[in-house]
Amino acid sequence: MIEPRPPAPLPPGFAPGASVHAVRPGALDVSHRVILYLEDLTVAFDGFRALNRLTLYVEAGELRCLIGPNGAGKTTLMDVITGKTRPDSGTAFFGQSLDLTRMDEAAIAEAGIGRKFQKPTVFERHSVFDNLELAMKADRRVRGSFLARLDGEARGRIDETLRTIRLGHLARRPAGTLSHGQKQWLEIGMLLVQEPKLLLLDEPVAGMTDEERERTAELIVSLAGARSVLVVEHDMDFVARLGGKVTVLHEGAVLAEGPLEQVQRDPRVIEVYLGR
Amino acid sequence: MDAVARPPLPRWHLPMPRSGWAALGGFCLVAFLVVPALHLLAPAGSALHLSDYAVTLGGKVMCYAIVALALDLVWGYGGILSLGHGLFFALGGYAFGMYLMRAIGREGVYQSDLPDFMVFLDWKSLPWYWRGTEHAPWALALVVLAPALVALVFGWFAFRSRIRGVYFSIITQALTLAAMLLFFRNETGFGGNNGFTDFKRILGHSITSPATRVALFALTAAALAGSLLLCRWLVSSRYGRVLTAIRDAEPRVRSLGYEPARYKLFAWTSSAALCGVAGALYVPQVGIINPSEMSPAASIEIAVWVAVGGRGTLVGPVLGAALVNLAKSWFTVAFPAFWNVFLGLLFIAVTLFLPGGLVGLWRRLTRRAEAKA
Ligand SMILES: Nc1ncnc2c1ncn2[C@@H]1O[C@H](COP(=O)(O)OP(=O)(O)OP(=O)(O)O)[C@@H](O)[C@H]1O
Ligand SMILES: [Mg+2]
Repeated sequence: MIEPRPPAPLPPGFAPGASVHAVRPGALDVSHRVILYLEDLTVAFDGFRALNRLTLYVEAGELRCLIGPNGAGKTTLMDVITGKTRPDSGTAFFGQSLDLTRMDEAAIAEAGIGRKFQKPTVFERHSVFDNLELAMKADRRVRGSFLARLDGEARGRIDETLRTIRLGHLARRPAGTLSHGQKQWLEIGMLLVQEPKLLLLDEPVAGMTDEERERTAELIVSLAGARSVLVVEHDMDFVARLGGKVTVLHEGAVLAEGPLEQVQRDPRVIEVYLGR
Repeated sequence: MDAVARPPLPRWHLPMPRSGWAALGGFCLVAFLVVPALHLLAPAGSALHLSDYAVTLGGKVMCYAIVALALDLVWGYGGILSLGHGLFFALGGYAFGMYLMRAIGREGVYQSDLPDFMVFLDWKSLPWYWRGTEHAPWALALVVLAPALVALVFGWFAFRSRIRGVYFSIITQALTLAAMLLFFRNETGFGGNNGFTDFKRILGHSITSPATRVALFALTAAALAGSLLLCRWLVSSRYGRVLTAIRDAEPRVRSLGYEPARYKLFAWTSSAALCGVAGALYVPQVGIINPSEMSPAASIEIAVWVAVGGRGTLVGPVLGAALVNLAKSWFTVAFPAFWNVFLGLLFIAVTLFLPGGLVGLWRRLTRRAEAKA
């Protein structure tokens, strides 16, 4: 049994409660530089604890990798963040003010958490451009859809996203003709046009070629900063390539946290990975 | 707000290429000038004269083409296969048929204000739902409202309960069958299995005069051209892109925050309304409407037209309706017993060998030719 870890230290130069600012209800507030607060989360399936008093903080703009053996609870954690699974106890806050355990999936997505599932689902018969357009933040009602036109700003955002995911030259191609890796990037693009503040990527390079992995790593690194990115990945080389802080999950709780080299030297981590 | 041009798409991706506009122009020229001239001006007996039969057949086929287009909107673009579209067509036909029955006035066999079949049933007054049908504008409103309302109510329940695929198709078959059985009954007040016929006048004009015939023909052509443009506009709007996305991956569309049921309901209801218009144009030209239009087989036939022409294209269903019905009018004279067999085989053959229909075949061939060049 592992002791629950104390909360991660707050960013330097920061005194809790010192700043005075207006809190807008329903809006993301990252004035304390932390975008995700998960404290004491427990999720039990028929008595089995998939998450066991898990505590984790992610900073605004941070790139965080989540690793851990099969069944450690990584996917369950993402399910809790996106509202797909409700925790049995513990708290989950998005910024200072948004209680994720009280919001439904749509509200959480609307608030700025985007999740990429493992299996890419793009609209195969629509062009890459149209895929991005369909995903973009806009009026979703039937009424507005007949005369909807892309204004210059929206068009600009799509072009920028196309450049980011490096599919600009394929914008007019039906998405079904893309390679597996390109479809994954398009799906990341479909998240980006929704302007999320926190991106959750579950095994983003599964099934990719080495070259595609490298380009995906570049893409993910470039995404952090303007938004926070939480990546679940098994491939240690890929995690090393991303840099950033690593959190090791084991049996539903945080086992170790820090830079990858430090975590890899941690005897408890070695034991978990070797004892498998 | 400035509309920014979309990036140009490959030619096959456009709902209507330039050649389509040219074809539409040619069609209007023939329908509005050539056919009326050949029917009204060329003397009967001359080689140029277009017979009553030919004009009526043309008008009838164009009505079918509108129905095929309407089905394609929900099937080809929305992925919803209806095997009950004959119901909406028949409802439009019955709605306008009520006006035509009232327009007979006292010229019927019983010389009564009531339609003959009601006199025969010994009814003393019109049922409430016949009220106002002597006014053409109200009857025309019913032509659209009756099928649209039935579709709206049915679709609301079906799409909200997420009934899809084969289940949906089977329920639409059941719906049209139930309606047919209802309309077969004399007490329903729509003439039982004889339906409506023996019309005399339409808007004060004799229904059999050549001028009326040509006017109805031209009106039908205008309705077909209008339906084509309407569908083209719909499928090339964002609405259309969402609709086709629902067809291809409905859960993904839902996960993006759209409500697929509403998008489907709109396409479904508009499609039914279009069918109603086609039915209303059909009845005065053919001169009869009866419950056989609601038979399950009639609705399946509509799906065959769309499949043969090519679903998910605009010209396909029009082409399919025209070709299959011209073949039918020849077949039912030459080998009347074998039409249904032929239709069944045609459907199987198209499903197995031509999933994109004739338009799909044409595109495959032209693309291959382009690739070679
Ligand atoms: N809905 C559920 N019902 C019962 N048990 C579940 C359910 N979802 C997950 N579990 C269990 O919870 C544990 C954690 O699962 P989770 O999918 O979160 O692991 P993971 O870290 O994502 O593993 P992997 O690396 O294999 O993807 C597993 O033992 C799994 O069997
Ligand atoms: Mg997992």
